[in-house]
Amino acid sequence: MSKIEMTVNGKTVAGEAEDRTLLVNFLRDNLGLTGTHVGCDTSQCGCCTIHLNGDAIKSCTMLAIQAEGADIVTIEGMAKGEKLHPVQQAFTECHGLQCGFCTPGMIMTSAAILKQTPNPTEHDIVKGLHGNLCRCTGYVNIVKSVKRAAEIINSGA
Amino acid sequence: MYALNYQRAKSLDEAVKLLGAEPEAKLMAGGQTLIPTLKARLAQPSHLIDLARVAELKGIEVKDGVLIIGAMSKHYEVMTSAVVQKAIPGLANMASLIGDLQVRNMGTMGGSIANNDPAADYPAGVLAHNVTIVTNKREIKADDYFQGMFATALEEGEIIIKLLWPLPKKSAYSKFEHPASGYAMAGTCIAQLADGSVRVGVTGAGSSGAFRWTEAEEALAKSFSLKALEGLKVDPETCLGDLHAPPEYRAHLVGVMAKRALEKML
Repeated sequence: MSKIEMTVNGKTVAGEAEDRTLLVNFLRDNLGLTGTHVGCDTSQCGCCTIHLNGDAIKSCTMLAIQAEGADIVTIEGMAKGEKLHPVQQAFTECHGLQCGFCTPGMIMTSAAILKQTPNPTEHDIVKGLHGNLCRCTGYVNIVKSVKRAAEIINSGA
Repeated sequence: MYALNYQRAKSLDEAVKLLGAEPEAKLMAGGQTLIPTLKARLAQPSHLIDLARVAELKGIEVKDGVLIIGAMSKHYEVMTSAVVQKAIPGLANMASLIGDLQVRNMGTMGGSIANNDPAADYPAGVLAHNVTIVTNKREIKADDYFQGMFATALEEGEIIIKLLWPLPKKSAYSKFEHPASGYAMAGTCIAQLADGSVRVGVTGAGSSGAFRWTEAEEALAKSFSLKALEGLKVDPETCLGDLHAPPEYRAHLVGVMAKRALEKML
């Protein structure tokens, strides 16, 4: 067991975990941040996507201890109080979800896409979301949501 | 995942020392293949030595006609680096095609080359550009480095520090990716080097991993044109076959990808 310290959603946090503990399990089990989901065992589904020092990564494909000292944002850190993050707002408006299980990962990756590409084409969005799977296959509205999120962000709302 | 001991190397010297201290220790670069492998219990290292914070393995620069890329450079860094985009745009493009957005934010060039997955993208580029791989022990030429699927010339205790990419006149890569995994079913990289010679590296298709397609190299050396590739075919006997694609199809794809790569260069 090691003591692991990092910043999560702006707060310094610490917990004890085995070296083999995945970051996603540390976030869920040690910190109680269960918005980050585990949808597969094979690093394919992207439900566990979080931001590590500003970059979207799969928290199931990293050990918690690797993230020692890192600055992490999870889905719980996206909204500012009652005000949803523009990507969350867009997913709500466009009904960019069916069962909702993949949604936290979709939102985290979408936010990263929009940071790199503020005016994405449909192709950019589809390519950008390559590492996120929606088993309900609700991709049409997900793509619509990302386009809408770009509009919201670019309008400065 | 089996229990293991995590160690964070702070320098190359420390990484070498830690690696030598435990017979079952394993190096970790970006972990994008290694961690899924550990999760599936397909490997059981006693110690994992994380190279993420070793400064000697980072950095991208051009010096004396060579693009020098630190082994721990992430795919995202390679694809967005202004230095790479200017020096070898085909390489920046290749990096942008690896895995998915999240994987590109973690996975590294050194990790990919050390793993030598038969469907990884970089090996085709390394062969085509006649790259030199610099380790803590020696320099290895691309032609001596790849030794078949998941096998390389790296010895025990050897760590890749950087890759030296001689600046080509021009180069391009094209791959036919598996629609789900994104791995190359066949990927062909063509480089016209500074001395005018042409090299063609192929990934995803070979039953012994990445290889040079010498027939195409000879044809393109005579005439750098799409016509030169007409009728040329990789022997399906040397190609991989699995549920995704039989060897004949992969052999065919290599030629199609060669033409697509060449089209970008003409």
